[in-house]
Parts: sequence; structure tokens; C-alpha cells
Amino acid sequence: MSFSIKKQGEIVVVDVEGQLIVGNRQELKQKVLDELEKGEKRFLIDFSQTGYIDSSGLGVLVSLSKKIREQGGELRLANLNDDLKTLFELTKLDTLFQIADTRERALESF
Amino acid sequence: MTDGSDGDVAALPLDTVRLAIELEIPSDIRYIERVVELVTGQCAQLCYTARHCALNVPVALTEALANAILRGNGENREKHVRVTARLDFTRLVMEVSDEGEGFDIDDCTIDPTTGDNVMREDGRGLFLMRRLMDSVERFSDHGNVVRLTLLRG
Repeated sequence: MSFSIKKQGEIVVVDVEGQLIVGNRQELKQKVLDELEKGEKRFLIDFSQTGYIDSSGLGVLVSLSKKIREQGGELRLANLNDDLKTLFELTKLDTLFQIADTRERALESF
Repeated sequence: MTDGSDGDVAALPLDTVRLAIELEIPSDIRYIERVVELVTGQCAQLCYTARHCALNVPVALTEALANAILRGNGENREKHVRVTARLDFTRLVMEVSDEGEGFDIDDCTIDPTTGDNVMREDGRGLFLMRRLMDSVERFSDHGNVVRLTLLRG
């Protein structure tokens, strides 16, 4: 499991490879917060290579969303598979996040 | 198949097969993913659905293990978490035991889908376990045990 970060235009794109769970959520949080501290405002997390997410992983996404908004920025999500969509629907987090079907659509939506 | 001793093993019926895993891990969250892999691998062997193997089992088991390691055992590596998983063609029963004092499942479960709870950063673990499993029970048996049952359907 790992996270890769790259810039596409003005948007910081984070790929979550593997699981986003209690064991690695802090790593994701720190990487995104580091970018936020550098002045980045627009963030997209792409889950096309993600396995499963636990409650800690969901919690980190909520936390990051709040912190990014506090700085006047925005966090959006893309490429949730059907299982991950169900997870977001069960927890109603699909109402909290703007979620795009593809990376391209997410990038265009900013 | 040429005689009764060998042949197409993959074609053998699985409906009477039972699998069991029993392991003990230190209270270290880095073990969680490996344990989950082992259990979901067994579920795949018995043809549990892709959704069971990719969502229900891994998420619910991760929650139970994280609770046991972080809350039950306070991440004390001297304390251990015991995991058993027994499965057949009808159901998967997982038990996660820690050395803590236990908790009341109903008292500790919040509904993260209502009001301001949606914005909470924590509090979704027990809720998810209960939504993703057919039953979640907690009892004491030489420690605190959480039993998760999933019907194969």
C-alpha cells in the first residue's frame, strides 16, 4: 500500500494504491497536509487502485476535507468502485464529498 | 478422471468442506492487513461472493482487529489478539479476542449517518461491522470476544 502524489495543472492528485486503513491513514494525512502547507488548494484523491477502506480511512478523508476547506480549498474524489461506493453510501459520506466517476471528469469539475 | 485417486480436483464439490484459521498476533496494527488477506483468501476458496471478499469481510474484520489492538489492548505489544475464522458453504464465523475488559456494543455504536455525525472523524467502526455482517456479538470468554457472522447466501 502506498500513496503517490503528482500535480496536474493546479490540482494535486493523490493515488491510493492498496488499502486505506488504520495502519497507513496517517501517512496519507501527512502527505496531503504537507501539500496544503505549501499553499496547494485543490486536491483530488483517485481510488482506481484502491482495495478497501476502513472507518479510520474514511475518518481521515473527512478530516482532510475539513482542513482543506478551512484553508479555502477543496477536496474531491474519483474512481470509487462499486464496493467503495457502497461504503460511502452506507455512511452517507457520498453526501459530503463531490465524487466523480473518472479522474478526467473530476479534474474538469474544479 | 482415470480412477478414483486423482483427476480434476477443481471439480470436486465444496459444499461439505470446512475451513478454519486460528492465529494470534501482537497488538500491532501492521498485522491487520495480513490477517485480513488470510481470511479473505479462505473465503475466496469457498466461492464467497466478490463483494464479500472485497468489502464485507475485509472492512468488518479490520474494524474488529483495530478495536481489539487499539482499544482492548491499548496497543500494548505484550498483549495479544487472537483471531479465529471458521467457514463452510453456509457461513463465516470470525472471533477476535483481546485482553481488555470489553464493552457494550449497543452503548458504543453511534449512527454516523444522522445530523452532525456525518462530519465526525471517528465513530464508524461498530456501525460498519453491524451493517456489513449478519450478526455482531460481544461476550467474555477468557478475555473480550467479538464474534462476527456472515451468511454466505
